[in-house]
Amino acid sequence: MIDLRESRVTLGGFRLDVSAQVAKGTRVALLGASGSGKSTLLSLIAGFLTPDAGEVWLAGQDATAMPPARRPVSILFQDGNLFPHLTVSDNVALGLRPDLRLSEAQRQTVTDVLDDIGLGPMADRRPRDLSGGQQSRVAVARMLLRDRPIALLDEPFAALDPGLRAEVLGLVDAKARARGLTIIMASHDLRDAERLCDRLWLMEAGQIVLDVPMAGLRAAPPAALAAWL
Amino acid sequence: MAIRAQPVSGLRGAGIFACALVLCATLGPLVAVAVRAEAPGGLGPADWAAIRFTLIQAALSAVFATLLAVPVARALARRRFPGRGALITLLGAPFLLPVIVAVLGLLAVFGRNGWVNHGLIAVGLAPIDIYGLPGVVLAHVFLNLPLAVRLLLQAWLAVPSERIRLAASLGFRPADMRRHIETALLWETLPGLLLLIFLICTTSFAVALILGGGPRATTVELAIYQAFRFEFDLGRAALLGLVQVALCLGAGALAFRFVRLARFGGGLDRAPHPWPGDSAARRVADGVVLLLATVFLLLPLAAVAAKGVAPLPGLPPHVWEAAARSVAVALVSACLALALALPIAAFIARRTASGIVEAIGALGIAVSPLVIGTGAFILLFPLADPARLALPVTGAINALVALPFLLRALVPEMRSAMALYGPLAEALGMTAAQRLRHAILPRLKRPLGFGAGLAAAFSMGDLGVIALFSAPGQGTLPLEMYRLMGSYRTDDAQGAALLLMALTLAVFWLFDRSGRVHD
Repeated sequence: MIDLRESRVTLGGFRLDVSAQVAKGTRVALLGASGSGKSTLLSLIAGFLTPDAGEVWLAGQDATAMPPARRPVSILFQDGNLFPHLTVSDNVALGLRPDLRLSEAQRQTVTDVLDDIGLGPMADRRPRDLSGGQQSRVAVARMLLRDRPIALLDEPFAALDPGLRAEVLGLVDAKARARGLTIIMASHDLRDAERLCDRLWLMEAGQIVLDVPMAGLRAAPPAALAAWL
Repeated sequence: MAIRAQPVSGLRGAGIFACALVLCATLGPLVAVAVRAEAPGGLGPADWAAIRFTLIQAALSAVFATLLAVPVARALARRRFPGRGALITLLGAPFLLPVIVAVLGLLAVFGRNGWVNHGLIAVGLAPIDIYGLPGVVLAHVFLNLPLAVRLLLQAWLAVPSERIRLAASLGFRPADMRRHIETALLWETLPGLLLLIFLICTTSFAVALILGGGPRATTVELAIYQAFRFEFDLGRAALLGLVQVALCLGAGALAFRFVRLARFGGGLDRAPHPWPGDSAARRVADGVVLLLATVFLLLPLAAVAAKGVAPLPGLPPHVWEAAARSVAVALVSACLALALALPIAAFIARRTASGIVEAIGALGIAVSPLVIGTGAFILLFPLADPARLALPVTGAINALVALPFLLRALVPEMRSAMALYGPLAEALGMTAAQRLRHAILPRLKRPLGFGAGLAAAFSMGDLGVIALFSAPGQGTLPLEMYRLMGSYRTDDAQGAALLLMALTLAVFWLFDRSGRVHD
């Protein structure tokens, strides 16, 4: 589903240099210290950065020069990234049509998604009237409505307290399983990674230095992961 | 975890003293003006015309400067190109420029014998006349466009890059960007910006002095000057001063309520991002907008430089003496502004409800320097020869004018330094002086340098207070330049303009640079 072929990005003194593949339905946790290149790698896959060299293949197509909106990718940002002047319903509907000129069928889809994640009664509220967990749910709803096979999660749970974090993680887990999404999630927290993902990439200085299955990691962590932990 | 800003108790007394000083220096002259003023019925038709003209020119200037700034700021926000940072700095130059120099530059380009009229005549069109309302508005747009662009650019760059990335990933087209991002941004920013420029233009004196005048183009400030200087009618000057105070306080109160200023210089070095919905046509349009803005803002400066070079070496000695006086006044003004700003900023930063202190600090922008000057003259006249106090009073009043800008630059850094180091300093048992030296001042170097530069530049270019007070042989460089223009010694005036421009930019650069040493 994701094939990074000797992709290289240079930003000032920092260089990202990766070659990696992710099979359909795989859920990868991207761990590493701040500045190791997690966000740069997500930006490369999302299309916010174009590689200086190499290729990015997504869902069987060469996406190297493809603009972000055309990529088979949806993104969950760190703080939910909701528009404060739009209602919950409109924030979610942006995932379907940015101009918000929805057909009746599309309106119904938005309503269904909101009902599905338990935000139906809050459709007409503004983000400021929601709790942090509810705002995260709206962002998840928008991501689901995009209906793309790849989901990029850019530390989306970092600002949530443990209770809300578990709640939103559970929601993403359930929906991703139901839709067979391929996920790459940047995180600082191994527990989040264990809960959602089945594979782990550890990044250091712009390179993936460890690519291992998640199962059994706690019992016998490889040296690189043990050092990072 | 939220950290409460910790008090710097030693600065508290200094903060209260500085606030009291600012209150006395602004309200004292205002009270003197109020006591001396004629009854409100004393306003004649000419005075009402001046009030009307002041409001009309300020409103038109605010609207044009703001509307023109929108496409320029948008182009700067969504484009990255070599020299962009330098262009942003250069476009800010007119804000620092002495008004009289700016007006001379505009006359060289748009005046009767200016480059534009030469071009119009050459192609058989009628020349334009910029004296009166068009010229006053043109000059105000020229002087305030950089401020408007800078504030709008800050607002644009304050949009989180995640929001722009989300828009790109959702496939926003230009219309969607306008609807969901830019409209909300402008709705938040424009009212305050309009009011701020309106306020600045109501207190503008030098522009009206040179490009206005006569019954149809006299501002209240100019009317005060005329009543003062030509008729020595202190009662009428004071009454007009009260009118000016009412205008400024009205606009100032509204501006204080609506203006949301970001920190100066903030957000200019964010990582580049592709702007969603971009196209070749939009790139060309942005390029044209930036080119036109650059030409409009830099051509008058180029004209001043081009026309001033030849006469510069032959300037009469009294112009050089005036230049030395201007530099001295600017240095005093900068030091005074810093001495006031530092304790007031500390006072504001250590409290959560600091509205009153902030309002006191902002008085300088809401009260006309000419009115304070008039009040100071009324107060000082019985005690001493005001002409002998012209330079100190000019320095002091310009320090008050610069104070709001300094506070805007200092307070956020002061707050963050206190939040960051306050608990540590508390735990280490540091004294107020030690905190100031080790924790606060190192963090404030940049805004202190910038603010001092701003105060010095404002003071260098002042042609309001000094015009009220000065006697022959006591003038600063802007006043000498105005006298040269009035006596039709155009070459010498152009040389003096170049000297004034160079000195103003130099003192600003030196102060600003000193704040960046070892960065």
